[in-house]
Amino acid sequence: MACNGAGGCQSGCYKDEETTCDQPTTAPSETDSKSSSNLCIKCKLNDVVSGYGGIDEGRFCADCFRSNLFGKFRLAVTSNAMISPTDKVLVAFSGGPSSRVALQFVHDLQERAHKNFEASRDRSLPVFGVGVVFIDESSVLPIPSHEMEEAVEVINLIVSSLAPPRKELHFVPIETVYSSDSSDGKERLIELMNVVSDPTGREDMLLSLRMVALQKVASEFGYNRIVLGSCISRIASHVISATVKGQGYSLPADIQYVDARWEIPVVLPLRDCFAQEINMYCRLDSLKTIKLSTCPSSSINSLVSSFVTLLQEENPSRESTIVRTAGKLIPFHFNRIPEIIDGNVPLATRRRQKRYNLKSNESVSSESFCPLCNSPLDKSEIVDWSNHNNCRSSDTFYTSCCSSCQFQILPSDSTSMEKFYTDLPHSMVARANKVNNDKLNALREQIQDCLLSDGEDET
Amino acid sequence: MEGKRSVRMCCLCNERRASLNRPKTLEQICRECFYLAFEDEIHQIIVSNRLFIRGDRVAIGASGGKDSTVLAYVLSKLNRIHDYGLHLFLLSVDEGITGYRDDSLETVHRNQIQYGLPLKVVSYKDLYGWTMDEIVKLIGLKNNCTFCGVFRRQALDRGAAFLKADKLVTGHNADDIAETVLLNILRGDIARLSRCSSIITGEDGPIPRCKPFKYTYEKEIVMYAYFKKLDYFSTECIYSPNAYRGFAREFIKDLERIRPRAILDIIKSGENFRISTTTKMPEQGTCERCGYISSQKWCKACVLLDGLNRGLPKLGIGRSRVAIGCKEENESHGGKSIESKQCGSLDF
Repeated sequence: MACNGAGGCQSGCYKDEETTCDQPTTAPSETDSKSSSNLCIKCKLNDVVSGYGGIDEGRFCADCFRSNLFGKFRLAVTSNAMISPTDKVLVAFSGGPSSRVALQFVHDLQERAHKNFEASRDRSLPVFGVGVVFIDESSVLPIPSHEMEEAVEVINLIVSSLAPPRKELHFVPIETVYSSDSSDGKERLIELMNVVSDPTGREDMLLSLRMVALQKVASEFGYNRIVLGSCISRIASHVISATVKGQGYSLPADIQYVDARWEIPVVLPLRDCFAQEINMYCRLDSLKTIKLSTCPSSSINSLVSSFVTLLQEENPSRESTIVRTAGKLIPFHFNRIPEIIDGNVPLATRRRQKRYNLKSNESVSSESFCPLCNSPLDKSEIVDWSNHNNCRSSDTFYTSCCSSCQFQILPSDSTSMEKFYTDLPHSMVARANKVNNDKLNALREQIQDCLLSDGEDET
Repeated sequence: MEGKRSVRMCCLCNERRASLNRPKTLEQICRECFYLAFEDEIHQIIVSNRLFIRGDRVAIGASGGKDSTVLAYVLSKLNRIHDYGLHLFLLSVDEGITGYRDDSLETVHRNQIQYGLPLKVVSYKDLYGWTMDEIVKLIGLKNNCTFCGVFRRQALDRGAAFLKADKLVTGHNADDIAETVLLNILRGDIARLSRCSSIITGEDGPIPRCKPFKYTYEKEIVMYAYFKKLDYFSTECIYSPNAYRGFAREFIKDLERIRPRAILDIIKSGENFRISTTTKMPEQGTCERCGYISSQKWCKACVLLDGLNRGLPKLGIGRSRVAIGCKEENESHGGKSIESKQCGSLDF
């Protein structure tokens, strides 16, 4: 793990002399604001809350802190048209503090809308629906079964306490990604994961599968939005780890408020909230969270996470600087809610959404995506298919993936690749084929009027 | 693999015994193949990026350290073998740090003889009237890297102009550039982030600078210098504090242990970042005082010098509320000043 730079650099520096690395100066946030004369800067009535180390440390009282945090959430939701009255929203719940707060805030929003609905005379504005999903990854992660059972109980309690309005709770094992293909999903999943030897690759593969599972649940049960609880801290780590994996081109796609690459758009309403604030909120309101024990990781992701934590301790505004810098990278055209054409959606919503979509005037460029992780491919990764005739489908699949997946996930020899390919869930394979078919169809449309017969190969 | 465990053959030539693991690829190769691979990769970078044209007068920024020594050695070798037709010079900067710079300058003088390259030394004392020793005595050990870095940049440009050089090359290696990419993300410097991973910079300035070692691992440079027994000086500057770059450096070292190619991946990311056109970027102009390129009224060196000469060492450090170049006093924000202009992250 990244060493602190503290005295006695034993990291094997090539320098001849031992450099006296001084202690990095600690952030100026260690001043105890225990003096009772510290009043909230907003309401100036109550004492501040402190001890969570965020950038607003020691500035707000408990109530103003809560409303400040909720305010950030609500602003994100409204300015990005994340949730409209006719939506059915699925909250991805891991049990951790971020997703707990996301769930809480979505519930608060829904409750408010419900109250308004009940109070209004004409009941014109419907209330959006909310569901909760928990992905059980115990088939691939070494989670003790008693922990999982406890977690299930706790989650049931949490969701049932967040009513009215009532929320559907879905417990989904990760092998559900195979459920429509075959019955031996669990075995195939374990085989698939075993082929991946790089620890970072394993983690990232699991993340991709997790998203496939979420998408599956959402479309199966009629949800049209997925809410993730990703906060600034998580995004800051992602910025650094994507940079480190050579994914500088696709990085902006993952860190915006909205990610509409997927069939069901994914939204990040807690994108402006710090992990420290979220933890504090859970403490203040005694929100129950779950932490499932996993074995220590030697992946790049955890190295980056420790690094960012270290930087954050040294300077509490570091995470937001990182995210702000990455925010200056050009997002993709799919990083906003697609325009609603459905006539059943209230006109006001459609208008507001159109207004927000006009904000960016980036031309809609067609991106190619990696079939494994769904990240947009940069120029060097896009394949010239004319050179790849008569290839095995597994080799074709390999070539169509991004260079990061090729390095850390996919096996390099053909036989293992073939095995890996057969173990992939059908939806990922279909994604690869769909992309190629779409391209061909798009071309075909342009020359349709000149084609004489249907004598070409059917794909 | 051969049955005998004791002797491993070089996996490239299969003739000689393998004596090292190549840091970049982890191949087990012999020394000769390492030299060839090392030199040839740099040759390919130079050619494919069209760094030089025939007849160019090229100044090599030489500090006496391992990067610049290996750079001078390899560049003069490639110039010979591949007939680039370049006129090479060594350009060294004397910051006036006793006990550090004088020793490394001696090394450069020896390089001059060893490699047969003419040498020009520019000193802070001559250019600015101040040595780093004097500056540090005045301002202490905080922000001293800011002064040195800014002054050095101009010093190199002026030295290069004196030599009538067409290009300036520096020994920045892959580790340096990866650190800089990370640093610029951490510090929010989007303007530098867009430039720092280019192999040629400053083409619209007084003199373009190239970094032929952009894809060369620091470890391999050390290895090359070690095996070739090149003469270089390897001590950290005595004034270098716990620069913020240290965080990035430690992280990259840890990263290299897990995945060596991550260093190149960071550079690749840096090259692929697309900056939004709506982002405000600094505009390039010229300094009113000395005519050097600057995005403000006065170039940074003039601002800093002004501060030194007027006994206001904090001038130009941190964010100031009053426009630079005015005759009024500038007070920087107390303790926050060190955050805005971190040492070691400055452009070279």
